[in-house]
Amino acid sequence: MNDAQEHGRNGPGLSRRQFLKGSGMVAATTALVGPAAPAAEADAKAPVALGPGPVKIQLTVNGKKMTTAVEPRVTLLDALRNYLDVTGCKRVCDRGTCGACTVLLDGKPIYACTMLALEARGHDIKTAEALAADGRLDAVAAAFVKYDAQQCGFCTPGFVVALRGALDKNPKASPAEIEEALAGNICRCGTYEQMRHAIAELCGKEGKGA
Amino acid sequence: MSETTTYKVIGTRPIRHDGLDKVTGRAIYGADVQLPGLVHGRILRSPYAHARIRGIDVSRALALPGVLAVATSDDFPDPGDRIAELGEGAINVKHLSSNCLARGKVLYHGHAVAAVAATSPHIAEEALKLIRVEYEPLPGVVDVLAAMQPGAPLLHDDLRTDELGKKADQPSNVAKHIQFKLGDPEAGFRQAAVVIEREFRTATVHQGYIEPHNATAQWNADGSVTIWCSTQGAFTVRAQVGELLRLPVSRIKVVPMEIGGGFGGKIRVYLEPVAVVLSRKAGRPVKIVMSRADVFQGTGPTPGSYIRVKMGADATGRLTAAQAYLAYEAGAFPGSPVGPGAMCIFACYDIPNVLIDGYDVVVNKPATSAYRAPGATNAAFAAETVVDEICERLGIDPLDFRLKNGAKEGTRRADGPVCPRIGMIETVEAAKRHPHYHTPLTGPNRGRGVASGFWFNCGLKSSATASINADGTVNLVEGSTDIGGTRTSVAMQLAEALGIRAEDVRPVVGDTESVGYTDVTGGSRVTFATGWAAYEAAQDLKRQLIDRAARIWQTTPDDVSYTDGVLQRRSRPEQRFTFKELAAKLHETGGTIVGRASVDPAGCGGAYATHIVDVEVDPETGKVTILRYTAVQDVGRAIHPSYVEGQIQGGTVQGIGWGLTEEYLYNDKGEMLNASFLDYRLPTSLDLPMIEPVMVEVPNPGHPYGVRGVGEVPIVPPPAALANAIYRAVGVRLRQLPMTPGRIVAALAAKSG
Repeated sequence: MNDAQEHGRNGPGLSRRQFLKGSGMVAATTALVGPAAPAAEADAKAPVALGPGPVKIQLTVNGKKMTTAVEPRVTLLDALRNYLDVTGCKRVCDRGTCGACTVLLDGKPIYACTMLALEARGHDIKTAEALAADGRLDAVAAAFVKYDAQQCGFCTPGFVVALRGALDKNPKASPAEIEEALAGNICRCGTYEQMRHAIAELCGKEGKGA
Repeated sequence: MSETTTYKVIGTRPIRHDGLDKVTGRAIYGADVQLPGLVHGRILRSPYAHARIRGIDVSRALALPGVLAVATSDDFPDPGDRIAELGEGAINVKHLSSNCLARGKVLYHGHAVAAVAATSPHIAEEALKLIRVEYEPLPGVVDVLAAMQPGAPLLHDDLRTDELGKKADQPSNVAKHIQFKLGDPEAGFRQAAVVIEREFRTATVHQGYIEPHNATAQWNADGSVTIWCSTQGAFTVRAQVGELLRLPVSRIKVVPMEIGGGFGGKIRVYLEPVAVVLSRKAGRPVKIVMSRADVFQGTGPTPGSYIRVKMGADATGRLTAAQAYLAYEAGAFPGSPVGPGAMCIFACYDIPNVLIDGYDVVVNKPATSAYRAPGATNAAFAAETVVDEICERLGIDPLDFRLKNGAKEGTRRADGPVCPRIGMIETVEAAKRHPHYHTPLTGPNRGRGVASGFWFNCGLKSSATASINADGTVNLVEGSTDIGGTRTSVAMQLAEALGIRAEDVRPVVGDTESVGYTDVTGGSRVTFATGWAAYEAAQDLKRQLIDRAARIWQTTPDDVSYTDGVLQRRSRPEQRFTFKELAAKLHETGGTIVGRASVDPAGCGGAYATHIVDVEVDPETGKVTILRYTAVQDVGRAIHPSYVEGQIQGGTVQGIGWGLTEEYLYNDKGEMLNASFLDYRLPTSLDLPMIEPVMVEVPNPGHPYGVRGVGEVPIVPPPAALANAIYRAVGVRLRQLPMTPGRIVAALAAKSG
């Protein structure tokens, strides 16, 4: 059983009464901020109060629509790992400093630990698992395997995703530009040199000189 | 190197068996474990560096909906005053137990005090806030020299110094004083033309493995328990949990998951016994995963240290005497690696007269754990910097000095052993030959430094089982957690011995019920010892294959040869089977064949490394830029050269971090200030140049394929090599780690002022 089921059954699951009380507070705050606004307009602009209990959401992950219910405080990383069983992105530093949780959000690399799951609704999310889908191995993943650009492998999915994002953004990127794009990822095993071999091949194929 | 050509598998670079799964995020690590009914544990940690626990009230936490259990040290059996022998070293059960959950006192900021299991991680975190701990804060001490002073706050009322084997009368923070002596040091210094004596400080640093500690435990109805965790040794987890909870090891099954780095820090248990206790109380499987702050504050670091080194050489540059005083911070409980540090400090040299004193000192910091060549890097920073000063004073090239004084076969180390065939001199020769050393380094504020390092390596116990599949492949089950590719380097040795391809061996790391006893992945031992077990398992398979072929051909086993994967009848050479052909016939000719081996080899052979580094120092900001790095190492025999290079580069990167940026920062209350990767600065790609590994192969006569451990020694030379390069760049000697921009600027200001 995963966290999602746990939350569904035993989570804090605030009562309807508590929930209404919570949303009432949000409405009151809005009213204070804009006391002069006409009522109808205020309603239109009023933020939709979500939570604090679980909220049903749908996320598009690796081309599949996935549905779960998360409290608003749940990060995209925890939603992927604990609610949707997409565990390629890793929780390492908790606060956007190591890059192990890197995913592509509409093609752009982001730290999944610094975004709330709710904010990711309506966006296209890709993780390392997408780089070996439908029996095809992505060139970045293939280069990492070929040059053995990993030791323990824990930071590797984050690097692979960040590299994929950098190449997608600029297919003609030079190896130095690619390495710059990986500055937000940490590998404690120190396999940077092997990654440089992989990058050189990828830039040869996909980047300059291609 | 030419000898490698006689091998078919060894020395090649096959794709690692687990590569694709790891790259595409499919490999299963401990935090990915899911079980029916799984609940989540969290640990409450001490806000104080040193305090007495007056009481713990868990009633409000237990009352929170979703909370299933709370645990404190009261839920652990009384550890008594026991030392337990775990097979690869003894542990003090009371200390280990008190480190898992504090007993009476908290001894460092972040010390685990209580644990909660709840239906979600968030509820568990909320419950932690409801636990009331009544603390009586006590004065603390986080500095090794301050802790050694008379009148310093005492961490343990019952700790009395083991003074060269004799117990002192009074309690002290000095747990142990050890001493090694060789020859007549005083006479040796009298013979010296140059004597240099310097003091050094090194900071507490963390192993920094990317994967946080985690453990999932399921207490079973029959009183047995299963543990899934991230560990360097499933069997040591089993032994430690057994001692702590007084369970027979046969009732504990430990399943080692893929491991996201360890570097020595994932040998001691932290979460596993707590998860077991919570699971027993909650009646559900419990998973605990640490946060990064937990990892920094509650686990592993390597000791900060104070080291004084005095070395003397005669006018020809021959070392005549050396003396060292090493005081290492053990953290909250005795057990710093000052012993290995003291044994390694002069091990690169042949010195006739030596005196070494080592002190193991408790301070209010996390209990230190092993970290890649534990104790040796601190020591080498001191000794190799003094060597550099002697070379400068005598006007001798530092590599020539090492050729003149380097340890070789027959050299006696101060702690007793006489060196067998080792490769120290060969690493220096290779460094001297390398183009790096001959390329002129021009431009202002640039300098080149060299340093050497030594690490023992170890053998210890390993087991392996190999079963032949009908399709001509072999399933290899071994017991060594694979941190850096050892599954493949072990499988390659089996493949070589059988004369089959590495790809035709399917290696898996077994749990404690699937493979024979195997010691930890540590001491640079896996490719050496577990590889040897695989080699022996292959010999077992070969014997049985020869017997089977003999039975099929109705002859005697001595009439059958096995060469390069082909069985052939000596008396009728036209009768032959390839390995694959015979594998396909096993089922119909008497059943499958299983080979097995368990080894405990001696003769691991020490590892030596010599590094060259070029730096440029910005005198305005103190920033050090590494321009070029060459790491030469005696690797014995490189089974999979890529992995050996990876170990050399990885160890070097960690040594660079230790040298330049990494450090635990404390305030005056003993609180750690930088428990995150933002403030505790690990090197990234942009900080590092190409690190060129140079493998010198001096085959280890103590192994069937000449393997020598390679994983640890590369971390040893970098801080000293950097310090020596910085001196040559800007003329200041840094004797404190890390050599941060601030310290370099301060040193430059002091020099010019």
